[in-house]
Amino acid sequence: MERRKKLTIVTEAALETTLVEDIERLGAKGHTVFEVGGKGAHGARKGDWDQNRNIQIDVICDDKVAERITEHCAANYYQHYAMIIYLSDVEVLRPEKF
Amino acid sequence: MIENLLDPTVLFFLVGIIAGISRTDIRLPEAIYEMLSIYLLLAIGLKGGVQLATANLSTVLVPSVGAIGLGLIIPAIAYPILRRLGKFSRADAAAIAAHYGSVSAVTYAVVLTFLDRLGISYEEYTTVLLVLMEIPAIAVGILIARVKAARGPVSYSKLAHEVFFGKSIYLLVAGLLVGYALGPVGIAPVKLVFFDPFKGALAFFLLEMGLVVSNRLVDLKRTGLFLVFFGMAMPVFSATLGILAAWGVGLSVGGTTVLATLAASASYIAAPAAMRIALPEANPTLYLTAALGVTFPFNVVVGIPLYYWMATLIY
Repeated sequence: MERRKKLTIVTEAALETTLVEDIERLGAKGHTVFEVGGKGAHGARKGDWDQNRNIQIDVICDDKVAERITEHCAANYYQHYAMIIYLSDVEVLRPEKF
Repeated sequence: MIENLLDPTVLFFLVGIIAGISRTDIRLPEAIYEMLSIYLLLAIGLKGGVQLATANLSTVLVPSVGAIGLGLIIPAIAYPILRRLGKFSRADAAAIAAHYGSVSAVTYAVVLTFLDRLGISYEEYTTVLLVLMEIPAIAVGILIARVKAARGPVSYSKLAHEVFFGKSIYLLVAGLLVGYALGPVGIAPVKLVFFDPFKGALAFFLLEMGLVVSNRLVDLKRTGLFLVFFGMAMPVFSATLGILAAWGVGLSVGGTTVLATLAASASYIAAPAAMRIALPEANPTLYLTAALGVTFPFNVVVGIPLYYWMATLIY
């Protein structure tokens, strides 16, 4: 089994289209989007209506792509949007997919 | 006023607010909220389209110009008020101003049920005015922000897509065109789904809106008193402009009440989505709390009967 990075982004649903485009452009081969809710620096986001929804995007990729996406997000979105990013190590069965 | 409170939509709204404040565990599933809002937007469009099919299209032109004019003027007036009196940053002031120039389709649906209940007729083309007023104010708000505070690049193609193909505009326009094409006879087979349950669906939606609004009320403490005052004074001022415009283009009392309510209403679907992309530095808590936490309930409970009363004064 080979090691890859799992990049997790939790952010506002308003960013979904833009962010998915960014992620693909920066070299990720795929991603998974979930609708999530929670609470953080920008207050409680219960997801009870359109402008108050959060999403989580998971991307499994190599270290380089993960770094590129993280830097891009930090430069473009951290200042004005609710966004959390964290990385974890995962082991994958089919490395050629990521 | 008491008369207005005894409307099912208003009562359901109050039930929702009280449920939210008292922290009951009522929570509509996301999918139901989504479904109801799509249904309402489409049904409002269809109803407007069917009415439009019986209207003389040349009569729509002058009121349309009046409606677009309102959409352009209101944010231009709101901006300096928010800047000077409210001391908001340029981006925040521009974003809030855009919300007040744009319109709320649900408030529009509530004013129509109000007039229907009183048996007051209104022009067939009011839904066209709703559609026309949604976009100009968003453009003015963005323009003000871009001129007053130059900053990094914005993807205008993405923004245009968000504005013109956002769900509210798309569903309203699609409904309007389909309704217009079908006319009163062609719509008959789907009437049972789109027209008859409309008021029940609206009442149900207002229950959900009450829950959402009560969640925003918590934020009022953070946004300050000025925004509460603005959220109630601005709609009355805009409604006055709306009444003058309606009088100028020769609408009936019913049509005047509708245009006044449109002018008074603040967008909380199309405008926030556009502002989040165009003006990310503007604080969403401010414009959402003002539009949804103050102005929407104010219009539904107090504003609409007030604007009707104001409209009767000039006729």
